Amino acid sequence: MYSSNEIIETINMISQQHLDVRTITLGISLFDCITDSKKRTCEKIYDKIMSKANNLVKIGNDISSELGVPIVNKRISVTPISLISASSKGHLEIIRTLDKIANEIGIDFLGGYSALVHKAMTPYEKEFLLSIPEALSTTGKICSSVNVATSKAGINMDAIALMGKIVKDCAYRTKDDDSLACAKLVVFANAVEDNPFMAGAFLGTGEDDTVVNVGVSGPGVVKTALEKVDGDLTQVAECIKQTAFKITRVGQLVAKEASNRLGASFGIVDLSLAPTPVVGDSVAHILEEIGLESVGAYGTTACLAMLNDAVKKGGIMACSNVGGLSGAFIPVSEDAGMIKATEIGALNLEKLEAMTAVCSVGLDMIAIPGDTTAEVISGIIADEIAIGVVNTKTTAVRVIPVYGKKAGEYAEFGGLLGRAPIMNINKYSPAKFINRGGRIPAPLHSNKN
Amino acid sequence: MKAIVSVVGKDKKGIIAKVSACLFDMDINIENISQTIMQDYFTMIMAVDTSECKLKFDDIKQELNSLAEKMGLEIHIQLQSIFDSMHQIDTTKKGL
Repeated sequence: MYSSNEIIETINMISQQHLDVRTITLGISLFDCITDSKKRTCEKIYDKIMSKANNLVKIGNDISSELGVPIVNKRISVTPISLISASSKGHLEIIRTLDKIANEIGIDFLGGYSALVHKAMTPYEKEFLLSIPEALSTTGKICSSVNVATSKAGINMDAIALMGKIVKDCAYRTKDDDSLACAKLVVFANAVEDNPFMAGAFLGTGEDDTVVNVGVSGPGVVKTALEKVDGDLTQVAECIKQTAFKITRVGQLVAKEASNRLGASFGIVDLSLAPTPVVGDSVAHILEEIGLESVGAYGTTACLAMLNDAVKKGGIMACSNVGGLSGAFIPVSEDAGMIKATEIGALNLEKLEAMTAVCSVGLDMIAIPGDTTAEVISGIIADEIAIGVVNTKTTAVRVIPVYGKKAGEYAEFGGLLGRAPIMNINKYSPAKFINRGGRIPAPLHSNKN
Repeated sequence: MKAIVSVVGKDKKGIIAKVSACLFDMDINIENISQTIMQDYFTMIMAVDTSECKLKFDDIKQELNSLAEKMGLEIHIQLQSIFDSMHQIDTTKKGL
């Protein structure tokens, strides 16, 4: 039994506090599309995805209408393409095929132009990685991710050195769009195989043939709930937990419905609090509601640690299968509060790096000066990846060296990707360290200090 | 399908009558009604069953929206399952 108040609460969450399901992501395995012919591989990929996903957008819209909750994006994730194209070497042709599919089905993003090179790169994988700028600069919806480290394998520094150059190449090729291609590329440590969020979504090798993964959102709902809490931090954490429970339940319901209607298995619900640039949909504003003058102030890391943990505790109770990146996202360009904090000088790259040690993902949607060298970008990646590897968590880097622009200027991406003030960065060079290459061995998993 | 119709707006004569008539015209059965005035706003929650209704869900929404516009109200219709999910621990039990 529930009351009128509860019904009104749900309606207000949706209409005033931006509760939404960020994405239904249909994961599609492409293993059965592998052939040694470029043309045949592309044909099989086209047929498989079209047969599984041609109703995805309609089904998403139907569920959204019936439940009265917005489902912002409909996306597809696929098996890392480097595995599918290794035999035919047809990755360039596959880019065209995936682009055609994404446009024909009308989805928002297609993720999985990816490679898993956490221990080493095969010669073909290196060739594949070098094609990422082509994939991201000549298409609109394809997203790419590269796993360069795991807690068990260590850190592939050769791959990190290469990724610095690839990020620069992506930036240059889309120089007229504020280096937008970089916003579709994520470098991971401990990448998860069931992530519904972009740009890092791909369908892992241990997954079913077709899987529905759903990402919920709702920072505004948490902030509004906290406005009524006048108690101590235990009560704050409790309030976040209860709110996360309700938000996640919506995700669970949508995931169940979508998987039934698509004939796919129910994968996971990703409990991430994902902000958008819209006012009232900010993770930074939650932290400020808890009691920080601005995000970035001392205390931010502690606040975020509590938020992240409470979101998971509430969400896990609400859902039969939780996975993905689950936690709080802190993408700078996509969060009105983060943008403001950067503008007033309260938030810098170093504080953001510290924050990523206690929340999900990592250095996300951060615009840096266009003249940043490849080695410095690799250095930023290496630092963030090390945090993930040592703490046995997923971390990622999505930085945008905005071609032709300097610190203090803005990169404008539009839509969900927002706008980012370009941050000042430390200019001292890590070039010798990066150019040594090799692998940083896996860390010790005992004697934790 | 079980759904919840919620009506919110400035209180005036005939809200219940007109909303009920609109549902009746679409062959939608009202199973439960609760109505209060919250912060000067008329708030009505109806639990309905749409199984005999021939219209598509989107068309039902359309009908209610045009009534809402005429009367200066906000009317939502949503499947009951979203409320079951958010406000009950055990989702195998039915709400209301």
